[in-house]
Amino acid sequence: MISGFFIFNQKGEVLISRLYRTDLKRSIADVFRIQVVSNSDVRSPIITLGSTSFFHVRANNLYIVAVTKCNANAALVFEFCYRFITIAKSYFGKVDEEAVKNNFVLIYELIDEIIDFGYPQNSEADTLKTYITTESVVSSSIAAEESSKITTQATGSTNWRRGDVKYKKNEAFVDVVETVNLSMSAKGTILRADVDGHIMMRAYLSGTPECKFGLNDKLVIDKSERGASDAVELDDCRFHQCVRLDEFDSDRTISFVPPDGEFELMRYRSTTNVKLPLKVMPTVTEIGTTQVSYVVTVKTNFNNKLSATNVVVRIPTPLNTTSVDCKVALGKAKYVPAENVVVWKQVSSFAVSLLPYSCVPPVTRIPRIQGGQEVTFSGTAQLTSTTHRQVWARPPIDVDFQVLMFTASGLIVRFLKVFEKSNYHSVKWVRYLTKASGTYQIRVSGRLFFNQYHVEYGWLTSHFLMKF
Amino acid sequence: MSSFRAPPRKGENFELAADLNSEYRDKRKDAIKRVIANMTVGKDVSGLFPDVLKNMQTEDLEQKKLVYLYLMNYAKTQPELVILAVNTFVKDTDDPNPLVRALAIRTMGCLRAEKIIDYLCDPLQKCLKDDNPYVRKTAALCVAKLYDLKPELVIENGFLEQLREMISDSNPMVVANTVAALSDIHVAAVAAGVPRDQFAITTEVVNKLLVALNECSEWGRVAILNALSRYEAEDSGESEHICERVVPQFQHANASVVLSAIKVVMIHMRGINSENVTKTLIRKMAPPLVTLLSNPPEVQWVALRNINLLLQKRSDILSNEMRVFFCKYNDPLYVKVEKLDIMVRLATEKNVDPLLSELKEYAQEVDVDFVRRSIKAIGQTAVKIDEAAERCVNVLLELIGSRVSYVVQEAVVVMKDIFRKYPSTYEGVIPTLCANLDELDEPEAKAALIWIIGEYAKKIDNADELLGIFVDTFIEESYPVQLQTLTAVVKLYLQKPESSQGLVQKVLNTATKDCDSPDVRDRAYIYWRLLSTDPGAAKAVVLAIRPPITIPRTTVSAALLDELLGEIPLLASVYHKPAETFVGRGRIGADAVPKKELADERLAAQKALQTVAAGQQAENLLDFSEDTANDGQPSGLAATTVLTSTPAAANLLSGTSSNPLDDLVSIFGSASLGASPAPPANANPLGGFGFGASPALMGASPVTPSVLQPATPVVPPQPQAPAQPTQPQDDLLGLF
Repeated sequence: MISGFFIFNQKGEVLISRLYRTDLKRSIADVFRIQVVSNSDVRSPIITLGSTSFFHVRANNLYIVAVTKCNANAALVFEFCYRFITIAKSYFGKVDEEAVKNNFVLIYELIDEIIDFGYPQNSEADTLKTYITTESVVSSSIAAEESSKITTQATGSTNWRRGDVKYKKNEAFVDVVETVNLSMSAKGTILRADVDGHIMMRAYLSGTPECKFGLNDKLVIDKSERGASDAVELDDCRFHQCVRLDEFDSDRTISFVPPDGEFELMRYRSTTNVKLPLKVMPTVTEIGTTQVSYVVTVKTNFNNKLSATNVVVRIPTPLNTTSVDCKVALGKAKYVPAENVVVWKQVSSFAVSLLPYSCVPPVTRIPRIQGGQEVTFSGTAQLTSTTHRQVWARPPIDVDFQVLMFTASGLIVRFLKVFEKSNYHSVKWVRYLTKASGTYQIRVSGRLFFNQYHVEYGWLTSHFLMKF
Repeated sequence: MSSFRAPPRKGENFELAADLNSEYRDKRKDAIKRVIANMTVGKDVSGLFPDVLKNMQTEDLEQKKLVYLYLMNYAKTQPELVILAVNTFVKDTDDPNPLVRALAIRTMGCLRAEKIIDYLCDPLQKCLKDDNPYVRKTAALCVAKLYDLKPELVIENGFLEQLREMISDSNPMVVANTVAALSDIHVAAVAAGVPRDQFAITTEVVNKLLVALNECSEWGRVAILNALSRYEAEDSGESEHICERVVPQFQHANASVVLSAIKVVMIHMRGINSENVTKTLIRKMAPPLVTLLSNPPEVQWVALRNINLLLQKRSDILSNEMRVFFCKYNDPLYVKVEKLDIMVRLATEKNVDPLLSELKEYAQEVDVDFVRRSIKAIGQTAVKIDEAAERCVNVLLELIGSRVSYVVQEAVVVMKDIFRKYPSTYEGVIPTLCANLDELDEPEAKAALIWIIGEYAKKIDNADELLGIFVDTFIEESYPVQLQTLTAVVKLYLQKPESSQGLVQKVLNTATKDCDSPDVRDRAYIYWRLLSTDPGAAKAVVLAIRPPITIPRTTVSAALLDELLGEIPLLASVYHKPAETFVGRGRIGADAVPKKELADERLAAQKALQTVAAGQQAENLLDFSEDTANDGQPSGLAATTVLTSTPAAANLLSGTSSNPLDDLVSIFGSASLGASPAPPANANPLGGFGFGASPALMGASPVTPSVLQPATPVVPPQPQAPAQPTQPQDDLLGLF
């Protein structure tokens, strides 16, 4: 299993190095530096040299590296690396070079606790915090009895929860967060539309509560048992380790003893009956070889009581764009030369008045798009005629947004029941959010093939045309 | 103490030593932290050993951990001093605080010093029976550590029996760690050649594991699932039962649990007779596999590599899910490449249209490698699905129209494959291809176009002109292009003798006189003699009709595939290579490895070669002749090899993997180099004629000595024996 664990900074300097097994030498870190950090063309997350395999993931400016000498479980090693990042985040906020340097003693303590002889052990941040603390005084003063309680809990069947949690007010918050993945071709056909759903829960409940969770009545989880056409269909779901999988398998009930505080209860995927909250219709026309005109219309596709917020539309422009004049009725659009995109976003009410085309009536100063509304961007990009050959990948138009109280899959939380010995009253809250960030993509048509131009203008022109 | 070790009188270490001996607690602790920091960046602080050791006895748990961390690093270099620490360790294992007990036993196992190991057994004995599960689970792993250092001690003290009993422990974490420890010992024992199975998995054990599976931590589940995959079920009912209990794990959030569960189901499904049950299991497998794609890219990649394997075994798993494999614009390249491969695997007549428009999209991206692979994928689709071939050709033509150099070149190579599969169907595109003659600067693309011209010389009016261009620059071209030019000109001459008399003379002259490649010269001589003695025979040979190519359904042989499916999601299944090819023998170190059976070594080398060969085959997927030319004929001297006892060898003999290298392996394996019959006419991807075997020979030659070596009757002196045989694997890696 994992023979060594290292953290490198951007330059390849070792920040943390811990060997778990006898089959490695410390100098193996140099090999990684030479082969991966200083190699600009690394095309795989696993590098095997001789019989040593390096697994690396990036976190900010760091390389988190696990080294193995055997036929290791690749999925487990990567999952572990990511788990380490999660734990580190929960201990000291962010994971970067500075944080690692400032907390290196704590990190050593942690990685000794979460891996033993190369095998991952308890890696639940909540439990770890009970006996690995930032103030050393606490750990020394833990009475023997106390630590035996902790250890029993850390190894028990609900190792994610302390037994002695107490709250004055017992509350549970459920957030259903759906990320919409859309990939639409230039012609408007949907190549891929699906929903990655996360049900996040913040449980502030005393004792050892037994929770039961219910979703839509018409919920189809297995495709083969497809029911009514209006049912919400989930292709697959995955649960936090607190959920009893065997019970879910037999009668589809989601029951669990939640960890204290925030955790991801469930993750699901849905590909059928996805309601796309925003419709984006781009028209890109080329005027001669020096101008490209854009008309991008965004239409909201939900109840007019709801609204889309934080909408950002990124419209890529050719690499040889010099300027873009933007016309928008709502929000603000600006050409960002460094990224070769026009960024069109909703602005705060203060900035609206500064807009050149301030046809925005004072009432709609709220930076959001109401349900059923339609907004349009139009603009013309001026291109320089270049002799310089540069390949442009024609990135897709990308839309980020958030819609509160709306789920693209139609998923609804019906109930959350909490049972506890002391039979206390608990308050439960549910929120829904559908969003996209970097996942909602509409491709731009590429006028790649114009054979008649080849004949007339030769290589240069034809290549130039390829950009759109 | 430190005085006669003569530490430097000044400098950082001197200061640290002073601080370590300070009377103030804070100062001492701070100094220890600085020592650890120096250790991490690679400075030598081993000189401070005695000073650090003094700080071991403390109430402060954090300080203790730091001192232990230091000890673990330097115990090996200071064995005589470590003994001073033993007392504290042993005392700590009696501490009322379970965290201290566990810490002591955990650290002692990591010290790697001979002297301390002897003191480890008694406390370990105690800790294995500790009341506290946290101590027990730590002690369980400590047994594995001890086995790693000194297996005799584990056996003498009966720790193995104790571990086997601990499988029934009431605490799931203890069970999980016990299973991990036993599996670790099992692997080490197998590597060391211990005949007895150190971790026999019986029905009784399986039942206990199935109970613990639902309760233990995610990492524990992986360990248990791995153990379950080693169990051989007695009957169909039992297999079914195991699958049933494991299937709920498909819903786990941890990808390694999901993939390990899939492995267990794949293995035990083999034992299930009922067709319906198998179908249900396969159906249940699909959604979790797709969900794995919403993980971070590294995990996605591991999942994709495994999905690729699963599809080779069961092409029906994800038959309706092609769209989820469409590449996202911001996917890392390694993910995109894998997705591409899987998409082609999933391509059917029904979904070929969206696939093609995707592939066309990818072919216009920036990364050259990805673009090339996308174009290759179009070609593979064309060869795979007859009905779609025309659409593929149209897409390729559009791409050629873009006139981007590498796009055109790759498209030409791919077109050649399509011509191989559908001879005389798409002759209409030849003019377009020839129009791009000037664009080509890569040997492979040139060779492909020349092959096409040669093949259709009769129908191309100016074939002699076109080939003439290449004949003029013959000497400057690379060998594959030279070989291709030679063959193409001869083909042209046989079909249109009147117009190309001069050309053929010129090329044969140049090839035999001025060319420095023996392959090219030899081929030219053969052609010359054929043409001068018997033009009829020349026609029969050079213009022979080649059977059309197909896409192999698997990239690895059937036996290897089964083996790899049992290793999901281990490195072997990610690399699609058996573990022997990348894991050196004996993790304990060369000096501790007992002598291995020579035959075993040889087998490993053969297996390695075979995989490498299979890998190559996969890469050349569409290159010519490989499978076709070779299929009919018996695989050379392969029949004389004796290694039929293992699946890999058996498979090698049965000729399922029809790669030329296989034959070479068996030829060398039987140590009768000279007696090899005419090598199969295939190694050269393009030639209709067979002198291609020699490049392959050259390619294999660095390997051959190592393959031969174990076969020599003289047994090398024992100490060196283990070190040498490890060589082939490393070599192979370096090579490929």
